[in-house]
Amino acid sequence: MDAIDNRSADLLAQMAGAIASGGIEVVDLTHTLDQDFPVIILPPEFGQCARFRMEEISAYDHRGPAWKWHNISLCEHTGTHFDAPSHWISGRDIPHGNVDEIPVDRFVGPVCVIDCSAGAGEDEDFELTPQIIRDWEKTNGPIPRDCWVLMRTDWSKRRGAAYLNMRDDGPHSPGPTPDAIRLLVEERGIRGFGTETVGTDAGQGMHYTPPYPAHFILHGAGRYGLQCLNNLDRLPPTGAVIVATPLKIKKGTGSPLRVIALVPGKDA
Amino acid sequence: MTRPIAPPPRKNPQKRTRVPTLPSGLRSRAALGLAAAAAEGRFMLQGCEACGALQYPPRDACSTCLSIGLKWRDVKPAGALIAETTVRISTNVYFRERTPWRIGTVKLDAGPSVMAHVHGDVARGARVVLVNRLDKSGQGVFFALPMDGSADMADDPQLRELTADPKFRRILVTDARNENSVALAKAFADAGATSIFVGEPEGWRPYPHRAALAAVSNVAIVPLDVTDTRSVCELAGEIGGKTDILVNNSRFMRPGGIMDRGDTVFARDEFETNVLGLMRLAQAFGPAMSGRGADGVNSAVAWVNILSVYAYANMPAYGVFSASNAAALSLSHCLRAEMAPGGVRVMNVYTGPTEDEWHQPLPPPKVAPSALAKSVIAGLKDGLEDVYVGDVAKDLIDRWRQGPKVLEREMMAQAGEG
Repeated sequence: MDAIDNRSADLLAQMAGAIASGGIEVVDLTHTLDQDFPVIILPPEFGQCARFRMEEISAYDHRGPAWKWHNISLCEHTGTHFDAPSHWISGRDIPHGNVDEIPVDRFVGPVCVIDCSAGAGEDEDFELTPQIIRDWEKTNGPIPRDCWVLMRTDWSKRRGAAYLNMRDDGPHSPGPTPDAIRLLVEERGIRGFGTETVGTDAGQGMHYTPPYPAHFILHGAGRYGLQCLNNLDRLPPTGAVIVATPLKIKKGTGSPLRVIALVPGKDA
Repeated sequence: MTRPIAPPPRKNPQKRTRVPTLPSGLRSRAALGLAAAAAEGRFMLQGCEACGALQYPPRDACSTCLSIGLKWRDVKPAGALIAETTVRISTNVYFRERTPWRIGTVKLDAGPSVMAHVHGDVARGARVVLVNRLDKSGQGVFFALPMDGSADMADDPQLRELTADPKFRRILVTDARNENSVALAKAFADAGATSIFVGEPEGWRPYPHRAALAAVSNVAIVPLDVTDTRSVCELAGEIGGKTDILVNNSRFMRPGGIMDRGDTVFARDEFETNVLGLMRLAQAFGPAMSGRGADGVNSAVAWVNILSVYAYANMPAYGVFSASNAAALSLSHCLRAEMAPGGVRVMNVYTGPTEDEWHQPLPPPKVAPSALAKSVIAGLKDGLEDVYVGDVAKDLIDRWRQGPKVLEREMMAQAGEG
């Protein structure tokens, strides 16, 4: 093994110390994998996203006297999950577009959080627009290249039927406009986009051109998605780092995962 | 006259729940034909193909000419009660707990005299209608009813032992999202059910008839998803001890056979709901139900599966759905055997295409939810095991009985027709 770069070793040691002392806070951005957590609903003639299910194999009983374990089943896109480029038709030919092929350094990175919670509180079809992004940059500085951008809506606080908010004309939940996603991907060069809702697109996102613009544009450009995120209200607009490591599923188009954020401490 | 049964009082928590006992279930193989007829509510006797003589009791050779060509056939169930008595003491535990018990001899208009249990409203010497019913041991027995019926006839305690009447019972219908749940709930309410629990999977997404369902009297919508073991166990923990009739109307279906689907994803959903769902429900609710088979007026009494008649013969246009129902049919026989010691009957209600979104392009006749619900209630009131609803189901089971292989060929010809 080559000699260790002392500077980076010091950085890691400092970070470990700061995490241990609470100087850096670790925030869980994940919902519990729960049988009753909503999944995306498509027209029933299409294939459907499997709900999370758990079957007990044994529980310290005649089926296995000293151990308890479960078989679980779910979709790649159940619960808090990661979307790889191969999830969408626009990203089907992207090199390293499956979860098992993505270089692991892509799973750790800085994050900008755009707070849309006030707007989403008033309008369930609230749109993230280029104007909102530019206004955010006036306050927080330009969105750096290769950064995660998360859209905070406080939608994760909704429960039950209010989460999908499904009506006769489909679900109603906030999301980005096509132009907003183009700005983030083509001009700012973000690494990925994440939301608190069941998908990276608005509930009515099928009615944009292109339909489902976040999926189409992000994945067509080889970028990633995170959805069903939790606790975004505990992140600062800039300065946090997220760790989002999907399972290494062979040719997988996405994966449930535990997303954590490393958040700098506040001034005492 | 029959005294109408009163709503049962709340259970005394200091009294042990009465353990189910059964009347004798020993029968000759020939006599099992009575059970087969009773399972469908038919009054049948063996008739001799050589000399025409009707036989009673069931036997292996004709009592007149010794021919072994005896064939079960439907017989006009009318006659006169020529002898009757009331049993007050019995060494059989089941009857000992239920005396006094009326029995008698009925001279059938068709010829033979038969032994029958006798309704309290039938006078000695009176004209009677006979019915063939399954007793708690699952065997066919004759029961003599007043020729023109009587007030509160179904409340006769001896008759109630032979039926699964919903009156004063507590019902669980497993799937509120199924389009037939409203009709089922209404039918049970009309039949006098005390409580109608209706299981609701995925409460996080709406469905059109929820308000109509919630408006039915005595309905309580409760969380239940038969694909989720935890959910089934939780509900059984809550209401398993007061579920007297369970109606498994959970169903997942998509059109398609093997090759036109190209994957096993929907097949898995179909087996998860239609087969493993039944198994999960049975594992969670079965033990408490079979332990409460003798628990008074509102004892646990029946388990109802709503199955596709294509469980018997595969309909290729709905090929995998048919296969899942064939598996469920087989599993229902296992459940019937396991529930038998508790005296709880398992009734399968078979339908052809139903009036719903998945059969929308099919031509009529299709089974309407109200027709299905009516058949479920009627089947329970008659204590049946096999109910065929609608012309398609009745026709298919007739053809299946004539010859499954010929039917298989006929089903092949329907491939692609849906």
